[in-house]
Amino acid sequence: MPTTESEALIDLSGVVFSRGSNRLFNGVDLQVRRGEVVAIMGPSGTGKTTLLRLIGGQLRAAAGRVAVDGQAVDQLSRRDLYRLRRRMGVLFQSGALFTDMTCFENVAFPLREHTDLPETLIRTVVLMKLEAVGLRGARDLYPGELSGGMSRRVSLARALALDPEIILYDEPFAGQDPISMGALMQLIRQLNDALGLTSVVVSHDVDETLRIADRAYVISGGEVIAAGTPEALRHSESRWVDQFLNALPDGPVPFHYPAPPIADDLCGEGR
Amino acid sequence: MDNSRTMEIAVGAFVAAGLAALFVLAMQVSNITAFQRTEGYTVDAYFQNVGGLRERAPVSLSGVQIGRVSAIRLDPDRFEARVELTIRSEYDNLPSDTAARVRTSGLLGEQYVSLQPGGMPDSLGPGDEITLTQSALVLEEIVGQFLYEQSSGDDQ
Amino acid sequence: MIGMLQRLGASTLETAATLGRAVLFLLRVLRGSGELIRRPGLLVHEMYSVGVLTLVIIVVSGLFVGMVLALQGYYTLVDFGAEQSLGVLVALSLTRELGPVVTALLFAGRAGSALTAEIGLMKATEQLAGMEMMAVDPEHRVIAPRLAAAILSLPLLTVIFNVLGVTGAWLVSVNLLGVDGGSFWSQMQSQVSFSDDILNGLIKSVMFGVVAGWIAVFNGYDCRPTSHGVSRATTRTVVVTSLIVLGLDFVLTALMFD
Repeated sequence: MPTTESEALIDLSGVVFSRGSNRLFNGVDLQVRRGEVVAIMGPSGTGKTTLLRLIGGQLRAAAGRVAVDGQAVDQLSRRDLYRLRRRMGVLFQSGALFTDMTCFENVAFPLREHTDLPETLIRTVVLMKLEAVGLRGARDLYPGELSGGMSRRVSLARALALDPEIILYDEPFAGQDPISMGALMQLIRQLNDALGLTSVVVSHDVDETLRIADRAYVISGGEVIAAGTPEALRHSESRWVDQFLNALPDGPVPFHYPAPPIADDLCGEGR
Repeated sequence: MDNSRTMEIAVGAFVAAGLAALFVLAMQVSNITAFQRTEGYTVDAYFQNVGGLRERAPVSLSGVQIGRVSAIRLDPDRFEARVELTIRSEYDNLPSDTAARVRTSGLLGEQYVSLQPGGMPDSLGPGDEITLTQSALVLEEIVGQFLYEQSSGDDQ
Repeated sequence: MIGMLQRLGASTLETAATLGRAVLFLLRVLRGSGELIRRPGLLVHEMYSVGVLTLVIIVVSGLFVGMVLALQGYYTLVDFGAEQSLGVLVALSLTRELGPVVTALLFAGRAGSALTAEIGLMKATEQLAGMEMMAVDPEHRVIAPRLAAAILSLPLLTVIFNVLGVTGAWLVSVNLLGVDGGSFWSQMQSQVSFSDDILNGLIKSVMFGVVAGWIAVFNGYDCRPTSHGVSRATTRTVVVTSLIVLGLDFVLTALMFD
């Protein structure tokens, strides 16, 4: 049954997931309420992208519950899953635009596939979405002609095409110059508030993410080690959170990869 | 979308070319075809054995092709093969006692009808019958005959 | 020794798993083919890139294969005085065997590898995953049109190949080598049967189309989404398709022409 205002729109409880022999999640609890911008942070390789895939139903958890709007995602039929996905927009790390279509056609794609709207109406909607991300003028360019930041914004326009309730951002700030980053940050926050969306931002760009998030989760070693508002996290007493948020090279996450003492390596068999 | 229009035309042409190719294969290459009419008049010849003679095989006189075999059928009354020869119109003065033989070109080549002119003054006309015919040589009969002659020769 | 057996066992299991995945994949794609009837534009687009663009190599190869067949056939037959049978030799070789098989091999090299690379690249750049998240099934939207295009195009390409082969053979036999034009066609037409030879060759080409198309799209869909993975998948398409086409041809020939 659908959730109410105070219940979590996205609810992960006790989620366990492994990739091969690597246990990515060992009992993760995570809630995202309607209208929030929630950040999921942590070092690279902790499987943050995998979390988004679990929410979107592309992957199935080994144990635990992944629920979106009260429905357990892994128990949905293919039809229901697709219906749920239409309420979600996803921004992939690489943009995932279709390279053989123009920006306009990319944004129009979900409209053409899922609706029977006439072309004139589709054109209006597409132009409005592109306008929202500031790229209406780029509508006839191909993805190959766009910069990374621009292609991410077009991707965002495409994710917004069907007016979803939820948007999942996968590392939106990775590898961006400050201006693009600023533009994206502003878009994420403003669109979330203006359109009444719920946003989940997966990122390891601490400063940018904390500036726009309502709440944040920090994940490491397969568990949630910290959660709360950006303020609360900054004042956290955890050494680990401290290292992460302040970009300290050494701490609970060691600098050195485990290795035998250097003396043994150099003077032992190396000679 | 101009590009997609060109594409549609190209695909349509492709499919049409494929179907045309199939048609050509059926007509020109296989035996589905009805006989292609050679211009000329037809005469009949009855053979005891046509051997490997096929329809559309050439009909020649003195080595020059003057027509084609247009049909080969079994005559149910005479129990002989009725071969219909279509001869080109310009060769309309073949004597009425022209003989027809089934010969083989080369050792393993295809069989054809060879005409040998007779001496009668009146000519073959459309629908006439060539009465003097010689069947194809059947290898087994020749060998059998040869062996028979050999053995009867030995007895003497 | 044990290690080798272990590896053999592991690779056999791996092959079985891959085959299973491929079959399930094919069933899912076939289920999505119904959409193509409602949206023929997708099919037309794919038939262009798979069929029309392969025409050039098919036309040229067909011509040359026919010419070479005629040339080589002549040198052998003329010793027996049987050069009028050249037409039969060429036509039967082409319609029964060379047409379907060579066309399928060329198709695998030109169109099959392109399909694998295209789909593999779409997978590597997350376009397929993106489509899934937009609630559009990529197996229906991307794969099904391409597979259908392959199955429809290969028979068309095969007959075009055959016609050009016969034409090339005719050019060489009659105009170059002096074989009698009438005998060339008359013998051919009497010996080549539409139902036994041409139709069987067509059936072969349809089955090769299924094989070539299926292998090409599956390898692209299943590959590792890295540049190395895509390149390996592309070569695998050409190699596996070629081997299976040749093997299948043997089986079909044994069944059809006895």
